[in-house]
Amino acid sequence: MAGAHRHLLVHGQSPIHTMAPEAKIAATFLFVVGVAVTPREAVWAFVVDGVVVAVLMAVAGYRFGQAVARFAAVLPFVAFAFLIPFVASGEQVDVLWFSVSREGLWATWNILAKALLGTGASLVLAGTTPIPEVVRGLGRLRVPALVVSIVAFMFRYLDLIVEEMARMRTAMVARAHDPRWLWQAKPLASAAGAMFVRSYERGERVHAAMLSRGFTGTMPQLEHRPASAAEWAAAMMVPMVSLAAAAAGFALT
Amino acid sequence: MTPALVVEDVSFAYPRGPKVLDHLSLTVAAGQRVALLGANGAGKTTFALHLNGVLELQSGRITVNGLPLQEQNLGEIRRRVGMVFQNADDQLFMPSVREDVAFGPANLKLPKEEQASRVAEALAAVEATALADRAPHHLSGGEKRRVAIAGVLAMRPDLLVLDEPTSGLDPAGRRELADLLTSLALTQLVITHDLPFALELCPRSVIVSAGTVVADGPTPEILADTELLAANRLELPFGFDPRTVRRGDATG
Repeated sequence: MAGAHRHLLVHGQSPIHTMAPEAKIAATFLFVVGVAVTPREAVWAFVVDGVVVAVLMAVAGYRFGQAVARFAAVLPFVAFAFLIPFVASGEQVDVLWFSVSREGLWATWNILAKALLGTGASLVLAGTTPIPEVVRGLGRLRVPALVVSIVAFMFRYLDLIVEEMARMRTAMVARAHDPRWLWQAKPLASAAGAMFVRSYERGERVHAAMLSRGFTGTMPQLEHRPASAAEWAAAMMVPMVSLAAAAAGFALT
Repeated sequence: MTPALVVEDVSFAYPRGPKVLDHLSLTVAAGQRVALLGANGAGKTTFALHLNGVLELQSGRITVNGLPLQEQNLGEIRRRVGMVFQNADDQLFMPSVREDVAFGPANLKLPKEEQASRVAEALAAVEATALADRAPHHLSGGEKRRVAIAGVLAMRPDLLVLDEPTSGLDPAGRRELADLLTSLALTQLVITHDLPFALELCPRSVIVSAGTVVADGPTPEILADTELLAANRLELPFGFDPRTVRRGDATG
């Protein structure tokens, strides 16, 4: 559980791995925008986007089983989409032995296709870019320094907080705590409170450590190789596909 | 020669709390390695946070290498006093080791090339050059401690203050830390209740109790005074006799 984000990295030295992070982040974001605005009826547009994602994942070095396992993470979020055809109104069609709403089927398809394509694009980014690189990329993309610092600190201390939470849970289980019902949630709530206080105190200690090394309120800008024009051009080919597919989808449907 | 650190009559109380430091005075000569001993709650960490002005001076005076601790000198004082915190995770907050070590030099507004050479030099001094591109939370306890020290060394301090440097280290990590600290030609104030570590590293020891200095002398003598140790809730490990430890034994 601890350090989950570290395991998202797919080890390798593909051209996507070595690309400057800001180009990858921008490309991922724009690609997802392209996918999101594609009309749902333009099924072939999603197929084109899907091929792009599949090729990128293969280049990034994802193995098939590994990719499927990671896509599974999106399932809880799209689970409700499968209910829509049953509850939506409008013209009914027969699928297998169910009578479902045509409109609902389209809605499910829309959510599922876009969620999976968005996840795929994010997996390419997450699989090829270590977190510190992502943070640097955000800085290069002129995301406000304060936001970048918050993201950096969050990732730096996420592991520690998760580990601390796991230790607390172990301590509870070790004393026969076995919550099954809502009214047994009180210890969990106090643990969350304790976590908050501990994190706050850690924040104070980190701040003291920063002051001790001459921190005056602005994070220093550290050396970093900017993306070359060639990298930008290569990265932007990816969102070009999804945006073009979206535009064509609008024109043809 | 100007002493590295002069602390005169420093008292401190947290708001609505008891007095933590009570007329504490201490002088450390340049180049000396001094152990600051005391039980938990004796005021050691509060004292340390005064040395670079993280806690504001309520009364008394502190001078670092001749420079008084005052608002307008705060930047320079923080460069001169290198503070290594008890929990290395609190100190290593940047995404990579290299960036963390560069944090101090960058705050000093040094040119980029100078920053890079400071980082290389500091990492080499703690034998952590190979860790430069690692993320701090992937390091072992001993590695974290060494990198935290590198982050401070990169500011070229005059005085190194280490708060419980051996806490959480395994015996090998502790050994490496002792070797590292002996190899650094710097004035050092080692806050600890690890008495064998103090004996090994520091010729002089100071015992703090209830926020004031209650004993100050050569470490072997301090550690041989069992009544003094007991009165200050300090204990030697079972079977450890400081009188039979020779320096050769301690470091070999």
